[in-house]
Amino acid sequence: MSTSADEMTKTATPLPIKGLGAIDCDVHPRSPRREDLMPFLDAYWREIFMSRSIDRLELMSYPESTLPYRHADGERVNADAAGMAGAHLDPLGLEAAILNVVSGIHAVYDPYLATALCSATNRWLAEEWLARDKRLRASLLVPFQHPDEAVAEIERHAGDNRFVQVLALAMGEMPLGRRTFWPIYEAAARHGFALAIHAGSTYRHALTQSGFPSFLAEDHIHQAQGFANQVGSLVAEGVFAKFSDLKVVLIESGITWLPGLMWRMSKDWRGARIEVPWVKEMPAKIIRNHFRMTTQPFDGPAKVEEAAKAIAHLNSEEMLLFSTDFPHDHGRDVSYWPENLPQDLAARLVRDNVRETYQRLEIGS
Amino acid sequence: MSQAAAGRPRRETVRHVVCRVDEIAPGKARRVEIEGREIAIFNVNGEFAAIGDRCPHEGASLCKGQIMGLAQSDEPGQYRMIRQGEFVRCPWHGWEFDLKTGRSWCDPARTRVKSYDVAVTDSAQLQEGPYRIDIYEVSQEGDYVVVSV
Repeated sequence: MSTSADEMTKTATPLPIKGLGAIDCDVHPRSPRREDLMPFLDAYWREIFMSRSIDRLELMSYPESTLPYRHADGERVNADAAGMAGAHLDPLGLEAAILNVVSGIHAVYDPYLATALCSATNRWLAEEWLARDKRLRASLLVPFQHPDEAVAEIERHAGDNRFVQVLALAMGEMPLGRRTFWPIYEAAARHGFALAIHAGSTYRHALTQSGFPSFLAEDHIHQAQGFANQVGSLVAEGVFAKFSDLKVVLIESGITWLPGLMWRMSKDWRGARIEVPWVKEMPAKIIRNHFRMTTQPFDGPAKVEEAAKAIAHLNSEEMLLFSTDFPHDHGRDVSYWPENLPQDLAARLVRDNVRETYQRLEIGS
Repeated sequence: MSQAAAGRPRRETVRHVVCRVDEIAPGKARRVEIEGREIAIFNVNGEFAAIGDRCPHEGASLCKGQIMGLAQSDEPGQYRMIRQGEFVRCPWHGWEFDLKTGRSWCDPARTRVKSYDVAVTDSAQLQEGPYRIDIYEVSQEGDYVVVSV
């Protein structure tokens, strides 16, 4: 007993990511500016972009032009595909990396402007990023403000497997399980896209049930509640009863809040089941089958043996996907396996789980 | 455990008359105490079922629960009730139990209440059998609900 405890607390030799053939499930290109999108807009929207001075599209939640979200090296490391290759893909020897554009596009009220922005951004991603480095993949931006057009955007890109998932925010206008969004999930599931939910809010509503927090330090912890709401909504509304193949990837969600939700929702289900009889299995089982979470930033304990307990509470190592959140700085060197994550999980998290999650991900053998 | 089991003489099942049939209407329940055990007797569509009258969750009296069917769904937003009258919902937190087996619908393998054999026997048979029943109780006309414990 004491021997094994000593072995566990012994500092493991740092494990470089390079050599693992890792797939990074969350990297961020810079957000496109007006000059990037103009080639992909029609005459009407080009006029509107000029006359309304639409250019920098920052989400008020995590504005990337300001500290602490602005990268220390400015936009150099994620300005273009070559910059990202040199700063991240090459040094980590990545097999693939999934680009997530998290920007004000998610929060635009005008459903038609949102549609034009999603479409142009996807084409910009395809031409300026995916076409320039074979290792790159991307999340498809679709207008949740306009589900019909979201479906059309999915159909337009269904033949391009470099887009592996559709991207939503953790906190939007209404819970993501609502039937309003089901046409999006139907199209996504039919073409093998996962649904990605990234940290962030459109600020349609306050981050708490008691109003807006005063400090950024609070904002960050409320993200976990935002994710929890979406897990509850997607399960209870019956999204997985309807779309049994759909996988949902929670990005930058942390993991430690989920076991408690799984225990509680499963217990409550015994009594509340009659209200949602399409939830035919224990919610914890449904959640394990359908939800995946990225590892960076990891919200678990700093000691590896304690973090292992937090992971064990999920009762499923298949739920975790390796990510770096490049280029965002979390105060650790992302070219090494996180020191508080058990190294024996590495192979599974950097490759096996990722391949099992993303039906559309094609990796050369 | 095996020692205790081996050391304890196996007790004969004893049949207990609990009430007359007409004392529990279809869809109703009655709580009885037999040898210190609280047992809920249900009239399920004219047949009788007996389960322990204590929800394994937090101990509520199940005979105060709603007797109902089982809600099923083929897809979200569609509902249908099957096996009407064969389940009881705990009055406190809504856990559902199959009256015939005592099993929880949500967790049949691990969560269950004790179910008891229950029979309806007429008074003539009772007087003939070697059962430890106060036959003065059954001297009246009519059928009796008998629980085996």
